[in-house]
Amino acid sequence: MGGIAHYLEDEGLSTTQISLIIEHTQTIRPPRALWVPFELGRPFGTPNEPEFQTRVLISALKLLEAKQGPVLEVFPEDAPGTADATAETLACPVSFAAPEGEKTPTAQLLQAFENEIGRLRGWYDLSVEMRGRTTAGLTGLIPEEAADLLASYIRDGRAENPVADVSLATALRMAAEDIKAFYLEAISAQPGQPQDSGRLADWFWGKTAAARVINTLREICLTLDDKEFQILGKLLLVPRAQMHRFEKNDSI
Amino acid sequence: MARLDRMPKQERDHLLCLPCPTYDTTPWVDGPPLFMQRVAMVTTAGLHRRRDRPYGPGEVDYRIIPRETGASDLVMSHISSNFDRTGFQQDWNVVFPLDRLRELADSGTIDSLADFHYAFMGATDPRQLEGTVRDLAAIMKNDGVNAVLLVPV
Repeated sequence: MGGIAHYLEDEGLSTTQISLIIEHTQTIRPPRALWVPFELGRPFGTPNEPEFQTRVLISALKLLEAKQGPVLEVFPEDAPGTADATAETLACPVSFAAPEGEKTPTAQLLQAFENEIGRLRGWYDLSVEMRGRTTAGLTGLIPEEAADLLASYIRDGRAENPVADVSLATALRMAAEDIKAFYLEAISAQPGQPQDSGRLADWFWGKTAAARVINTLREICLTLDDKEFQILGKLLLVPRAQMHRFEKNDSI
Repeated sequence: MARLDRMPKQERDHLLCLPCPTYDTTPWVDGPPLFMQRVAMVTTAGLHRRRDRPYGPGEVDYRIIPRETGASDLVMSHISSNFDRTGFQQDWNVVFPLDRLRELADSGTIDSLADFHYAFMGATDPRQLEGTVRDLAAIMKNDGVNAVLLVPV
């Protein structure tokens, strides 16, 4: 970010920026920066807190009136809702009854995944209705189709790529993002569910079949020679902070 | 928290290893008072309109976000899975505060919003973006922009 500021300012445009990693900003030394103590992914603090967001925004814009620099200011407030972010564990709203009978572990997992999608669908629809938007649909597929793409690839080792102009590896990554958005938008629409990122991430990665499906895809990718699938498996499917959940269970 | 001392070690180590250039000069442009500024926003969150190309590894191109773009049309295809997306899912302004900027333009806090805003995908070495960004500066000037708000994710 600071590099972009440097080039724009060098071309004659005043810049100001939000800084999330103060160590980076102190190294790059962009002309004007406001460091905020918020988590990665939330540069304006907290969703649905317009007054707070405006305070952050004005603090950053005010730096444009500084007379000399570089300027690195510290925003003095934590994001609203930060203090109780670890107060309770998100309840698991989906009942994962063990799938019956003769199925292989992979088949059982994919059945549990399909069941979850069905049980969360109504909440996802409600979320879209309440918020007037969804961040799912990168692939252009509905959630069931995105889920089917992941399931087909895991089950058969191949899948028809339904997404135009991108590789199958990219389509699988985008489908995984769509599924995460579907789950997280659905769960956060339920009454009484916390909205903070930590508990939502713990719920998704710790309690859903979808997370195990994505991890299974990761494991398959790591067995392939194709460079793009290798990158997908190594870096792009499971967050580093969640890998510990899967490191002891490496079998498909 | 985006404080390295509060992060898990593997996350902290990764962030400290990201390319972080230094420069011999510190360019500085004085601008008019805030109420006279026409502001464009540049994000590195990997945002784009649904119809636009998604981002891929090593991507250095930007996507154009017209001022009239609505929240329902904006999606995120950043390739990293290592930052929170639930805030953006709940309210796009926590990543890309276009509504807040519109309010500041309406109230006269800033003069106006640029016709076009821009998105890159972060986690790219900034030096690889130099040519693209310098070209973009000329486009912004043609849009009457005199201040740019840069927002990471």
